[in-house]
Amino acid sequence: MPIVIFELPDGTQRKVTADSGTVLMQAAVSNGVDGIVAECGGNASCATCHIYVDERHGERVGPPNDVEDEMLDFTAAERRPTSRLSCQVQVSDALDGLVVHIPEEQV
Amino acid sequence: MSAAGTGVVVVGGGQAGFSVVQALRGAGYEGPVTVFADEPRLPYQRPPLSKKAHTEPEGPDVDLVPESFYRERDIDLRLGEYVAALDTAACAVTTGSGERVPYEHLVLATGARNRPLPVPGAELAGIHALRSLDDALTIGRALTTARDVVVVGGGFIGLELAQVARASGARVTVVELADRLLSRAVSPQLQEHLRERHERDGIRILTGTAVERIEGKGGQVHQVVTGQGPLPADLVVYGIGATPRDELAREAGLAVDDGVIVDEQLRSVSDPRVFAVGDCARHPHPHADGLIRLESVQNAIDQGALVGRRIAGGAAGPYESLPWFWSDQGPVKLQIAGLRASTDEVRVVPGDSDTPERLAAYAFRDERLVAVETLNWPAEHLAARRLLQQDTPVSPTDLAGSTLGALARARRTKEVRA
Repeated sequence: MPIVIFELPDGTQRKVTADSGTVLMQAAVSNGVDGIVAECGGNASCATCHIYVDERHGERVGPPNDVEDEMLDFTAAERRPTSRLSCQVQVSDALDGLVVHIPEEQV
Repeated sequence: MSAAGTGVVVVGGGQAGFSVVQALRGAGYEGPVTVFADEPRLPYQRPPLSKKAHTEPEGPDVDLVPESFYRERDIDLRLGEYVAALDTAACAVTTGSGERVPYEHLVLATGARNRPLPVPGAELAGIHALRSLDDALTIGRALTTARDVVVVGGGFIGLELAQVARASGARVTVVELADRLLSRAVSPQLQEHLRERHERDGIRILTGTAVERIEGKGGQVHQVVTGQGPLPADLVVYGIGATPRDELAREAGLAVDDGVIVDEQLRSVSDPRVFAVGDCARHPHPHADGLIRLESVQNAIDQGALVGRRIAGGAAGPYESLPWFWSDQGPVKLQIAGLRASTDEVRVVPGDSDTPERLAAYAFRDERLVAVETLNWPAEHLAARRLLQQDTPVSPTDLAGSTLGALARARRTKEVRA
């Protein structure tokens, strides 16, 4: 199963095992990673699971879908070219070793 | 003061209680933390329960966090244990098994319970309300064979369950006593729109209709007798509101009035050592006249977090989070930001030809935007939340011919340039 690294705003890293077929948000929440709030439980409703995909890994994750793209304009922390909502990122073996950064604010 | 023990006792293992302990430890609180959760299962998310048919016991996906979260943070999570009594003079609770647990701070996060169906026949088999994961499983399994489903109550839960039942292939009728669906919850404009949307999906809706009694055959529900005649039913689900679980506070002599009455710090007005958060708390809010009680995930999370931070000694002002809410009703994602009053002026803007499924209803009070209801338009909902949280008001003129999304983008650009 793929391993994903969540880097917190203070630079500390949490290495977690994600289950293929789930979404990245679930891996963060299931492992108690701070900073992924996911108030709506993964429905693309709240934008509180915002992440920045590490620049070296952007192509592996791909671009946001249309609804997500619009929502990313209104996240609590600034939008960057690497912004995604982690509830919309499907986990697969191709993501093994992925690094994502957690923004300062979610709410 | 000398009577006080140490540590925090949280009564309730729902979203609000979880939020308290997450914030306590997150803010560096080092004292003992005990949570009494009366269900014998790790705290879980409730919103998904009414959004699909649950036919198998849910795995860890619905848990708020795994068991290790509590262990690593030294949180004493007492599953399947309830608090039977509260002694505020001695600063201690007594559990159902008679154990006495002292506290320095007590947080009531007891939630709400469903209003029972007050009609003859309500005790028949095949009649269910939804609150717990077990309830969801019972309803989900019943839906695998149900052909005629009657939903009593045209509120959020009722309409979500009606769509779930319809998706499992049953004939579905919603019976609502009021003249409109979601009568107090959304603007009249949206009520009409939602009604049409659900009827288009084949859900029959009877408003202004009372359930008089339910009749059974062999102890199993057979038909629902309404003011408009009998409806065949092999499954009845009802969602007719909830009442706060405030009896522990009431029996302890704390001020209670349809919820535990708290101040802007979410402290009981009767006892500064006791807080109440989530569905069970009646509290002041800067956007409301008088005290309000909100049943929502946002309110549970934000109130719990505020109290957790406050007890831990961190910065925490008064409770003034912008209320927001969502309800997924089959193909309709309804979201609400802010608090609308019935006297507000509502302007409805439909989506354009590319996005006909979208709709927004903007509520203005004294020429100032106070609440926004959206259908299938999460970006506009988020823009509404951003703008309603800012001090700069939004007037009807600001919004003329535009969207909040465009306005929020423009204001953000201006901020960056300034």
